[in-house]
Amino acid sequence: MFIDTQAAKNQMFTLFTRFMAELTYLQALSDALRYEMRRDESVFLIGEDIATYGGAFRITQGFAQEFGRKRVIDTPISEAAIIGAAIGASLNGMRPVAEMQFMDFVTNGFNQIVNVAATTAYRWGIGVPIVVRGPSGGGVGGGPFHSRNSEAWFAHASGVKVVCPAFPADAKGLLLASIRDNNPVVFYEHKGLYRKIKEDVPEGEYVVPLGKARVVRQGRDASIISYGSSVHDALAVADELSNEGVEIEVVDIRTLVPFDEETVLASVRKTNRVLVAHEAVLTAGFGGEIAARIADKAFEYLDAPVRRLAAFDAPTPFAPTLEQEVLPNKAKMMDEMMRLLAY
Amino acid sequence: MSTSSAASKPRKVLGIAQSLGTANGDTHQDVPPTVPTPLLNDAQRREMFVFMLRAREFDLAMIRLYRQGRAFGGVYSQIGNEATSVGSCSALRASDALFPMHRSVGAHFVRGQELKTLLKNFLAREGSAMRGTDGTGHYADVEKKVFGNVSHLGAMIPVAAGYVLAAKMRGEPTVALTYIGDGGAQTGEFHEAMNFASVQRLPLVLVIENNQYAYSTPNKDEFACKRLSDRAAGYGCFGETIDGTDLERVYESCFYAVERARNEGMPSIIETLTMRMRGHAEHDDAGYVPKEVFAYWDKRDPIKRYEQFVIERGIMTATEIQDLRATLAAEMNATIDEVIALPFPKAEEGRKLVFVE
Repeated sequence: MFIDTQAAKNQMFTLFTRFMAELTYLQALSDALRYEMRRDESVFLIGEDIATYGGAFRITQGFAQEFGRKRVIDTPISEAAIIGAAIGASLNGMRPVAEMQFMDFVTNGFNQIVNVAATTAYRWGIGVPIVVRGPSGGGVGGGPFHSRNSEAWFAHASGVKVVCPAFPADAKGLLLASIRDNNPVVFYEHKGLYRKIKEDVPEGEYVVPLGKARVVRQGRDASIISYGSSVHDALAVADELSNEGVEIEVVDIRTLVPFDEETVLASVRKTNRVLVAHEAVLTAGFGGEIAARIADKAFEYLDAPVRRLAAFDAPTPFAPTLEQEVLPNKAKMMDEMMRLLAY
Repeated sequence: MSTSSAASKPRKVLGIAQSLGTANGDTHQDVPPTVPTPLLNDAQRREMFVFMLRAREFDLAMIRLYRQGRAFGGVYSQIGNEATSVGSCSALRASDALFPMHRSVGAHFVRGQELKTLLKNFLAREGSAMRGTDGTGHYADVEKKVFGNVSHLGAMIPVAAGYVLAAKMRGEPTVALTYIGDGGAQTGEFHEAMNFASVQRLPLVLVIENNQYAYSTPNKDEFACKRLSDRAAGYGCFGETIDGTDLERVYESCFYAVERARNEGMPSIIETLTMRMRGHAEHDDAGYVPKEVFAYWDKRDPIKRYEQFVIERGIMTATEIQDLRATLAAEMNATIDEVIALPFPKAEEGRKLVFVE
């Protein structure tokens, strides 16, 4: 049988370029928004400086030109009005995506999320398909008001889904799933990852379902359960320890609500030692919830107490020395891991 | 902008309302006559009068149930506010959206809501629209385009704005009407929403039911501007203050506000001056309200005023009204008996529908 190898190669190349592109985390988010706005007319964007300016981080650059100002709405500095209007529009057939310029500012629209959006399904049986998304996280000198990791607040609200992607492909796939979800989703992007990491991201249709954790790295000696920026610290720790013959399993939970308990417990049952890590502060952080579930449901599999790594209980400080002091990082995670392994 | 010469009469009423509790409060001013609006015919007037009577019957029935220990939670009546809720809601088309408040039972009736449906909600019985997860008028009825409030007053104003933002994006001529009290008008969400709606030119009508008290706090401790509608100037939308106990005026004002919203994309703030004739809820005896204030507003009871108007115009006779009241009371009592006999919702409902599919 005759095979035209060059043609086959071309075809493979076409397939490859059609289905994959190396994108930053930020580009992946833009790609998801653009794809979904092209696909679904009911999707629109609302937020501060997103149209003319293209967003503080330029995620929506060029969107106003492509989709028009009706679908890319620059608003006054009014987070309650932004989120409230998104909720109202969602009750009238739309799928709004509201941008918080920084996730810190979601506090100004907190009431709309926890009292209006979060209670609507329960009270009315009606979905509120909105996404409130924006940059969170520290490590970039943002200070107390441009660095907060507040995802646990919404995990505690009942009725809101909470998504925290750590990778470009997940950022895209989870954002598409969030926009298509019929419930309110608070979508935490980590601004420190925006331009720091690149990976192949499937082009076009690519949905990562909410509520499915991912085992990012297989291991046998201990597990790190984390999400967001901490996943990257965990991978660095695992890489380093791998050289010494210690194999760490890294689980990225990806969404806090819904929480994929099964994948976490399966990892704990496999490795018997677990470190729960996130960049948010320790007290009442989501890591406490994860640790409690493990203690409740996998106690007899544990060879050591569950350890937690999180930020020191303080606002995120401005000066680099202070910020490094309070936020977790790879070195601190390595310390915790060594204690866990030594137990 | 707002406040033409037609509003000079309400201005006087406001002056008195706001000066009550001070040394010079004139509580003896005569009730102004009800002047018919050319926008209504007598059949509509009769219908609106029935809605007001039904709202009053509903409130009185809930108060009775509360005193008998058969209603639970708070019972928030709209006694004194009937002209505001019935008059404003009557100005909407069926395709428009209503975002009512907790004292809007009259508006629910205008929207065609069944008495039984309302009572099931208020009494948290099996089959209620909210499955027992929440009570009072907080329910939604998508078909009737009614979207109830949350208790954080002010929160639904941006939501109502967003509802018509969506309609506007699709080129649909939908108007949203929502309410706030003199209390909720002091929230940040009020400001953000009215500013946003004005910037976006959204077809939104906000009725501020100024019923003089936010729980126990009188107007003078709530705001320092003369009228709450003065704020419209700051937003660049329309604003006026009217007599909220005069059904004809409320209808007229809201009719034009709805038209302005629909045709010009001009939001309105309509402040209706009225009085909460009961406590904040039935546990509250409103002992902080001076007797003269109640006396002043009692003379302006919207139902008394309209009853006189209806009789004078020959729309109904006093006997017909008496018969109508008896019929409404009988209907109320029969429906209450029927609803009270229903069981509470099944306990497992509490674990359902935190999310939709």
